[in-house]
Amino acid sequence: MVSHMKILIVEDDLEAAAYLSKAFREAGIVSDHASDGESGLFMASENSYDVLVIDRMLPRRDGISVITELRARGIHTPVLILSALGQVDDRVTGLRAGGDDYLPKPYAFNELLARIEVLGRRKGAPEQDMIYRVGDLELDRLSHTVKRQGRELLLQPREFRLLEYLMKNAGQVVTRTMLLENVWDYHFDPQTNVIDVHVSRLRAKIEKDFDQPLLRTVRGAGYMIKDEPKAEGRAEA
Amino acid sequence: MSRVGILMRTTAVRLSALYLVLFSLCAAFLVFYVTGMSQRLLDQQTKDAVSAEVSQIEAIYGRAGVNGLLRTLERRARQPGAALYVIAGPTGEILAGNVASLQPGLLDKEGWTDEAFAYQRYTDETRKDRHVALAQVLFLDNGLRVLVGRDLQEPEKFRVLVRQALMVALGVMGVGALIIWFAIGRNALKRIDRMSDASTRIMAGDLSQRLPMSGSGDEFDRLSESLNAMLGRIEKLNEGLRQVSDNIAHDLKTPLTRLRNKAEAALSHNTSIDGYRGSLDEIINESDQLIRTFNALLMISRVEAGSSAAEMSDVDLSQSVADCVELYEPLADEHALALEAEITPGISVTGNRELIGQALGNLIDNAVKYSEGAKDARILVRLSRRDGGGVVVSVADFGPGVPDDKRDVVVQRFVRLDQSRSKPGTGLGLSLVEAVMELHHGSLALRSTMPEAAGAKGLTVDMIFPQSPT
Repeated sequence: MVSHMKILIVEDDLEAAAYLSKAFREAGIVSDHASDGESGLFMASENSYDVLVIDRMLPRRDGISVITELRARGIHTPVLILSALGQVDDRVTGLRAGGDDYLPKPYAFNELLARIEVLGRRKGAPEQDMIYRVGDLELDRLSHTVKRQGRELLLQPREFRLLEYLMKNAGQVVTRTMLLENVWDYHFDPQTNVIDVHVSRLRAKIEKDFDQPLLRTVRGAGYMIKDEPKAEGRAEA
Repeated sequence: MSRVGILMRTTAVRLSALYLVLFSLCAAFLVFYVTGMSQRLLDQQTKDAVSAEVSQIEAIYGRAGVNGLLRTLERRARQPGAALYVIAGPTGEILAGNVASLQPGLLDKEGWTDEAFAYQRYTDETRKDRHVALAQVLFLDNGLRVLVGRDLQEPEKFRVLVRQALMVALGVMGVGALIIWFAIGRNALKRIDRMSDASTRIMAGDLSQRLPMSGSGDEFDRLSESLNAMLGRIEKLNEGLRQVSDNIAHDLKTPLTRLRNKAEAALSHNTSIDGYRGSLDEIINESDQLIRTFNALLMISRVEAGSSAAEMSDVDLSQSVADCVELYEPLADEHALALEAEITPGISVTGNRELIGQALGNLIDNAVKYSEGAKDARILVRLSRRDGGGVVVSVADFGPGVPDDKRDVVVQRFVRLDQSRSKPGTGLGLSLVEAVMELHHGSLALRSTMPEAAGAKGLTVDMIFPQSPT
């Protein structure tokens, strides 16, 4: 899952930034660091990054204003906003300013990593693909049908959207909150394992009667759909 | 400040002082007006009488000459209560009449004397007896001067009498006012003192104290009543706050302690990588639960901060409820419960979809959690219009329910009825729902699903939204 991605972290907490840099390096992602809004804006304008991770509250220029200015300059690098503020309005403000994703602090690193990989891959992603394929599983976005080994599987509308999102990000870890946000459009913490139950239902439908598992649970992170022999890469994210 | 000083500062005393001053001014005006009017009247009468007599004297002089005039005046002067008569020579020396001495210069001018003058009669024993009179002077053609006047003693006496009577009345009123003053002021002061004593005790920390009421329902009682109501509210809030901090201590300290214990145990017991890994997983789970509690607390205070914290728009409530039911249906299924929905289509409200979804999610999650041992293994979610206007979303379970007297309590933060806190959860679910409903100007109501059943009655929670815009 090494993606040769290059990202910029704009974060004033040096310890947090150092931790992030190290963790990203271990995940195969190269990262630069800017410790205030002005230098973050400068670096993001001068260099080419796949994803920008911008803290909401920064010295010299706040995160929202950095994003607004970048977008005004015609720089459309995907931005993930980190924020220690609350949830209700803060996310909306961030996304409206031009952010692409939003993660409240404190977060799990796996969550951040999964979101960054999805954002980074978005660049040039085949958004217009009408048929998603993972191994022998095929999802037709136009006719809303799912087939495996040519056999049609009957899915509920929500199960279809769940599978669609997983397959769109095939080969990448998708977290529970990402599923809740993108499939149900809710951003709260459901406090229970509802998403797991939905995924296991979906899994039963697409894997029952078939030998090869496709939908894997990535421990401590989320789910990933991938056409790969099952023995490899367990418990790694 | 002295007691009298305090008394002088009471409103009752100030008011009565003001009234007294105003009243005195009116009374004084009355005194001067009445005495002034009566004096003018009496003066006029006196002048009329003098004028009449002067014209008589002129007539007598014209008819009977000086001798006739003298005789007539002599006779009249001797009558009891007679007027003043003076006949004087051309130089002003008194020739005849009933007057011993006059204010000098009076006889130099014909006509009315300019003002009242002093004189003495022959009958006066001492020179100190002086009288005041008003008179007209007549110059006869033979050079004699005649003065006819009337004593002003009677009108003066009358005036003094009226003035005295009024003064006495005023004095009595003044004294009376002072006494009433004192009584009212003292009474008011005593009640105020009792009130401030009570407030002092309350300030000292005894919030159960209440201000005294006399039971008369007067303004002091009304004031005490509303202040007491306020104190009741403060006491309740204070109680809630105390409970919350106790609960914070419990709900945050307990997981923190567990977290620390686990880290310690991992350090001292584990020898294998897998053992460390397992311990770290547990530690992460524990801290996730802590973060969850913090988030819920923050969320509630944000929502309670008001509508500025959350964007409000038109929300298709029918769709939202359906989404939520759809989201939680597999969860209920996993607990062998049927999640049934009765949704009236086409209902929308002004609100925040996210918050409504979270609130309803909390309710369904609660229902799933507390349906253990339910008579009827299902949960019913229902969206309908209310008879009195507005919309209600209700979540009904058939579990053990909540006793009637505990329904207010469960909404409070961190309150969980099972003392063991064995079920997962933050104890903030219903508090958040209540805050969300308040944000939507609605309300939250708890009732039994099966009120007439014995034992497990089930719990129905109603989210009541006010009249929808459409």
